[in-house]
Amino acid sequence: MQFYAGEYDVVVIGAGHAGCEAALASARMGLRTLVTAMNLDSIAMMACNPSIGGPAKGNLVRELDALGGEMGVNIDKTMIQIRMLNTKKGPAVRALRAQADKKLYAERMKKVLEEQENLYVIQAEILKINTENGKVAEVVTNLGAVYKCKSVVVAAGVYLRGKIVIGEVSYSGGPNGLFPALELSNSLEEMGLKLRRFKTGTPARIDGKSVNLNKMSEQPGDRDINTFSFMTGDIELNQLSCYLTYTNENTHKVIKDNIRRSPLYTGDIVGVGPRYCPSIETKVINFPDRDAHQIFIEPEGLHTKEMYVQGMSSSLPLDVQIDVLHSVPGLENCHIMRAAYAIEYDCIDTTQLNLNLEYKNMEGLFFAGQINGSSGYEEAAAQGIIAGINAALKVKNLPPFILDRSEAYIGVLIDDLVTKGTEEPYRMMTSRSEYRLILRQDNADLRLTQKGYELGVVSEERYRRFISKKESIEKELERLKDTNIKLNQKVRDYLQRQNSSEIKGGISLYELLKRPEIYYDSLKEIDENMPHLEREVEEEVEILIKYEGYIKKQLSQAEQFKKLENKKVPIDMDYMNIKGLSLEAKEKLNDIKPINLGQASRISGVSPADISVIMIYMEQLRRIRKNEKD
Amino acid sequence: MIGGIFRMIDETIAAIATAPGEAGIGIIRLSGDKALEILEKIFRPRRKLDVKNIPSRKVTYGHIIDDNNNIIDEVLAIVMRSPYSYTTENIVEIHCHGGIIPVRKIMELVLKSGAVIAEAGEFTKRAFLNGRIDLSQAEAVIDVITAKTETGLNAALNQLEGSLSQEIKDIMADLLTIIAHIEASIDFPEHDIEEVTNENIINLAKKSKKAVIDLINSFDEGRIIRDGLNTAIIGRPNVGKSSLLNVLLKENRAIVTDIPGTTRDIIEEYLNIGGILIKLIDTAGIRETSDLVEQIGVERTRQAIKESELVVFVIDMSTELQKEDYEIIEYISDKKTIVAANKIDIDKKINMEYLVNRFGNENIVQMSAKEGTGIDDLEKKIKGLVFHGDISLKKNKMVTNIRHKDLLEKALESIDRAISSIEADIPIDLVSVDIRESWSKLGSITGDTVEEDIVTEIFSKFCIGK
Repeated sequence: MQFYAGEYDVVVIGAGHAGCEAALASARMGLRTLVTAMNLDSIAMMACNPSIGGPAKGNLVRELDALGGEMGVNIDKTMIQIRMLNTKKGPAVRALRAQADKKLYAERMKKVLEEQENLYVIQAEILKINTENGKVAEVVTNLGAVYKCKSVVVAAGVYLRGKIVIGEVSYSGGPNGLFPALELSNSLEEMGLKLRRFKTGTPARIDGKSVNLNKMSEQPGDRDINTFSFMTGDIELNQLSCYLTYTNENTHKVIKDNIRRSPLYTGDIVGVGPRYCPSIETKVINFPDRDAHQIFIEPEGLHTKEMYVQGMSSSLPLDVQIDVLHSVPGLENCHIMRAAYAIEYDCIDTTQLNLNLEYKNMEGLFFAGQINGSSGYEEAAAQGIIAGINAALKVKNLPPFILDRSEAYIGVLIDDLVTKGTEEPYRMMTSRSEYRLILRQDNADLRLTQKGYELGVVSEERYRRFISKKESIEKELERLKDTNIKLNQKVRDYLQRQNSSEIKGGISLYELLKRPEIYYDSLKEIDENMPHLEREVEEEVEILIKYEGYIKKQLSQAEQFKKLENKKVPIDMDYMNIKGLSLEAKEKLNDIKPINLGQASRISGVSPADISVIMIYMEQLRRIRKNEKD
Repeated sequence: MIGGIFRMIDETIAAIATAPGEAGIGIIRLSGDKALEILEKIFRPRRKLDVKNIPSRKVTYGHIIDDNNNIIDEVLAIVMRSPYSYTTENIVEIHCHGGIIPVRKIMELVLKSGAVIAEAGEFTKRAFLNGRIDLSQAEAVIDVITAKTETGLNAALNQLEGSLSQEIKDIMADLLTIIAHIEASIDFPEHDIEEVTNENIINLAKKSKKAVIDLINSFDEGRIIRDGLNTAIIGRPNVGKSSLLNVLLKENRAIVTDIPGTTRDIIEEYLNIGGILIKLIDTAGIRETSDLVEQIGVERTRQAIKESELVVFVIDMSTELQKEDYEIIEYISDKKTIVAANKIDIDKKINMEYLVNRFGNENIVQMSAKEGTGIDDLEKKIKGLVFHGDISLKKNKMVTNIRHKDLLEKALESIDRAISSIEADIPIDLVSVDIRESWSKLGSITGDTVEEDIVTEIFSKFCIGK
């Protein structure tokens, strides 16, 4: 028995990290939005590690925040440790990483959803998406409720046909003891989507009181507290530590002795797992020379004793897991509260999507998060906001919002997924970005907030802050250019203290700051008029001056890149009809349907000559059409 | 990757418009915004004339000079300003002396000054895209772009250059090791990846630098494919060496007479047989002589044989082998030889059996330079020897292609920058930018740069996981 239950502009299926951002973006753009979760207590659940950020991932969070997303604010309010990583490795790869209180994180996000105007939350499993004339029309819940809608964002995570595997035990299930979603895959397949099986896993959680932390080395948070959101400002934080220990020969022996019982080796798992988070058994087998692997013991929250055993992801049987853990210093008597497990799930081949994350063969059907074959909370959330914005733009009949590879890590992420596709759960890494010197975490707002404001997802307050920061930076850069210093005793002493060579005649502070050994902060010793600026402004000014040469070079490379990106290609072009293209290029181009020549050039199998041929063909079409008009 | 294999459409392109090896004049053509700017850098007009003010479509006489103000060649420059040119962009043509050396040097200067090498059909492509070529010719334009220029030749070149490509891959592997180390330590800062020490990076980078420099130098040292297969045409006087040469060149360059000994000097000529550049060395005959001029010629001939990779031994079939023929046979005993048995148009008097025993039937071509018969066979034989690898190249790791050299030089620049950055204690993130750039430039030579390689390398080298 089905019944009509209401009408929404946008329905978001799933309220994990992708679903939350999608729903919030859509609602903030003024659209009536429904977000569903199979269990409302699992909204924004951190099903795996209790942390957010890290290299590249931290950049994604900053970008999301610059676009008015929620993840940055949410982690700032619920974190229990913060660290800035890679501080000495260069300005573009500094990365924030926070340990979260998982429960607080999820609770606060749920509250934000509930309080958001235009946004409605329900507990339901969506069984089917109904379509009309090549467009999405309705979603149907497990309780027979039918919701009319104009756009749907599928953010179903790892629930679709989920299968849990722990050693010889396997059963149909979702993450963290939740139910799987067994119906929706059928509906997607009916719409022509190709699905595939990926696999991921999570380590055991252990009882903190059974762990001997004295045998491990403490990993405290930073003294100097940084935050993710450009809105947070200075905060105080009582931090918890993480702890580091190592596996040893005994651990490896237990694993080798029992390797035949691993489902990865028995063939019980067929899904493709990620190379960057191999299970402990994979690590031991693939790197036989290593006599120790790192294990981090991380708190899961303020109000729980549960601890996450990072580095011990496994699908070995529980009895082996116990022996493995007990072989590690400090874990000899540890009590496992939740066993490690592997989960296999359906996800889609993302080359079936357009760059706005909409399915090519169904108008109004968007996808975001792990169902797209990505992995990680940050990757999911980043896609979520883009899918949410585009689902809303679709309803409003406005052109899609697409960030390119030179504008944001989000652009790299989505272009990689859609244009190149992925053969394993996709993780963002800084090495995937060609223009990372300009895609820094410190300038995410300068890159994106204006765009977010124009879309309507950025609040007035955030916009005002952004404008004021931007102006301060420009003003200070000018001032440093215009301030010349002359060699006098004070300057001479200063330069000596900094181990810097003497100046001849005069030099602007701007030029002086280019010297690697001179820091903005120390300049105040010779710069009497130095204004008191916010830390993030100082940071930006310093980076822009110190690394000007490198940054300028990447900017000009990005500009070159943009030229091909700006050569639009009609999305309905039939490449099979273009004479001169290689067969492989024809097929790939017809599959991917690139929106511009830049995207076309990144499709594997498309050569520079193919691009030339397309250019000639398009010019041909243009002239024929012009002739017809005349 | 940075730059990538896809070039931008607004770059200034350059190409050598004349066939390699052809004497007379060589033409280098540039098209694009920067064409005039580049000309300004390398051209000194004879009359005090600002290059910017050179009138369109007028011939200007002057010199091409390099960075150190050395004169490379005297040339004529022609400027065709946008939109009145073939591509409708600014076009510059430099007419220089023909032959390999000046053309190549000028081309190198042009590239150094900011031009990029034109792809096949790129001038035509631009002409079409800019509306210069009629719509009806669009398909022809596509054919030009996609034409596999001398497919067989390309395949052969790849075979020849297998060792070069291996060498470049080896350098790339070292660079990739550096990249993976840096990237892994950046992307996985808390994993106990052995920290890359600056010393390690510098050592590997310096090793790569040296290898790249060696390759760049190999370009200047010359090579068969680029400078021609050194081919000595020898034979006693008046067997028809020069006639053969002339037939091969299809033009009358050497002096041909019936008086023995008229070819007194060595004449170098280039010809293109199936895409292989053949450097023909026409020689005076080897014989003891009291004529001083001829003596010099004979000495040079011996030298030429020494330097040659292939000898075309011309004999006269209308007479028996002479003492001088036997002397030559003795002299070329260790050389790869093709016997051109000339004058089949006249009565055959020669004893073929001896020749077949000595050289093998497959290396003898019966022909007539006068009537043009058997020439195709001769060309096929020469080509076959190169393609089947019977001729051992003097050096095997050589750069022959100017585009490759250009990319190697750019790779070198990036490695140099990386090395000085490390020495200046610049953060590794920035060092990585330059190393990646050099890696990607080398990859454009082998066609191997794939971003995914970096990720794969990281995961295969380092144990990373949660």
